Amino acid sequence: MATKTQTLNDKPAVTSLSKEEILRYSRHLIMPEVGMEGQLKLKNAKVLLIGTGGLGAPLGLYLAAAGVGKLGLVDFDVVDFTNLQRQVTFGTSDVGKHKSEAARARLSNLNPDIEIQSFETQLTSANALELFRDFDIIVDGTDNFPTRYLVNDACILLGKPNVYGSIFRFEGQATVFGMTDGPCYRCLYPEPPPPGLVPSCAEGGVLGVLPGIVGSIQAMETIKLILGSGDSLVGRLLLFDALGMKFRELKLRKNPDCPMCGKNRTIHQLIDYYEFCGVRGEEAPAPDLQVPEITPRELKARLDRGDDLYVLDVREPHEYQICNINGHLLPLGELPRRVHELDSSREIVAHCRSGKRSAEAVDFLRKAGFRKIHNLKGGILAWSDEVDPSVPKY
Amino acid sequence: MAVKVIIPTPLRVYAAKKDSAEVSARTVGEALGGLTAQFAELRKHLFTDDGKLRSFVNVYLNDEDIRYMAKEATPVKDGDVVSIVPSIAGGSAASNNEIVEG
Repeated sequence: MATKTQTLNDKPAVTSLSKEEILRYSRHLIMPEVGMEGQLKLKNAKVLLIGTGGLGAPLGLYLAAAGVGKLGLVDFDVVDFTNLQRQVTFGTSDVGKHKSEAARARLSNLNPDIEIQSFETQLTSANALELFRDFDIIVDGTDNFPTRYLVNDACILLGKPNVYGSIFRFEGQATVFGMTDGPCYRCLYPEPPPPGLVPSCAEGGVLGVLPGIVGSIQAMETIKLILGSGDSLVGRLLLFDALGMKFRELKLRKNPDCPMCGKNRTIHQLIDYYEFCGVRGEEAPAPDLQVPEITPRELKARLDRGDDLYVLDVREPHEYQICNINGHLLPLGELPRRVHELDSSREIVAHCRSGKRSAEAVDFLRKAGFRKIHNLKGGILAWSDEVDPSVPKY
Repeated sequence: MAVKVIIPTPLRVYAAKKDSAEVSARTVGEALGGLTAQFAELRKHLFTDDGKLRSFVNVYLNDEDIRYMAKEATPVKDGDVVSIVPSIAGGSAASNNEIVEG
């Protein structure tokens, strides 16, 4: 790695540190495992972070603090209030700003001696190879399958290491892909799960500390690759269960038949990853079900008029605690076995957070013979916008 | 043989929120069969309609990938641990993909 880092540089490798840098990095310099040689390797290294969110936050902070000479930050997103619970690079005053730029400002303040480039763009098959070319190591901190396969394939095509981390609720995974002697992401998972089979909605969410831990593991692996020391996670999948506070590791083997890194490679260029993953776009959910709808304003008017309406809330109990509009709680997942609790002779308005789960509920109930049933259009979010702004959004 | 099957977070919702299950089995395939006998909802998330393990679900016996052993016919012994390791993509989580759709 060390020689690669230096030969890939456009400008000659830096061979000394300033007096200020020596002071800044003194806790590295006095460790024989890093020392002056290692610190110069860090200074000459160029690392590209894909995503500046939950995983990207500790990654950016620790790599900048450690003195990685050039950091690239790729993100097209804008900071919003729901990010602050875990994306610790950002402060409240950053809400509304572009993430890549807000992160660049924060990391420059942390370490003005390094070069930070922000790329306010979505990583695509059209720009990935060009973006990756100027960097030695790519760190995958994205949050969706299409981008993960894209990062993997671009790394394999260019022969660059891919420091991988991903999280789900209380569980994390980390490893290093893309080294010549190790496996790639496709060796582990030849295909992504179809969109309908991955849990969503009510099962979503993440404990804020988890990306901090997994992103820190990625930062450590990145630094080890740069220093060329220690045992890297190449060929090992680290599994972290935060609730049980358990780390386990599994062996990852290079698949000889891998279409990307196997002997008989069948993929020679970047493809359409949204098509590959069965989604047209990152935020394209399944086509909306055609069910009868009622708007929040209509519902409010009818309730005010005293109409006999049964408001059915199909969210989860913990969501009901966040906010509710006095509906009767019956989570979507329990509907099939509790359907007898509902009176099909009454007029029912089903709602959830945004209207998607309740559309499924309405569809299910119509098939079960319910006729007087509507879906609250836009869910409790629209209710907050159109009827009662005191209802919090989440 | 008494075997422990570890259920990953994304699939616990289909397994009465349990993180593992004890089953009696001679092979990895039987262990998974024992698991889906206990939790029927898990079946479609692990197997295709014709009974094959789904390609995005990896199964490990202790720390080895069963694809590099005898796949589902891999024999198990008392005290072995079978892990189901599905692909997860979260990195920032809940920001776009998960909650917004709900």
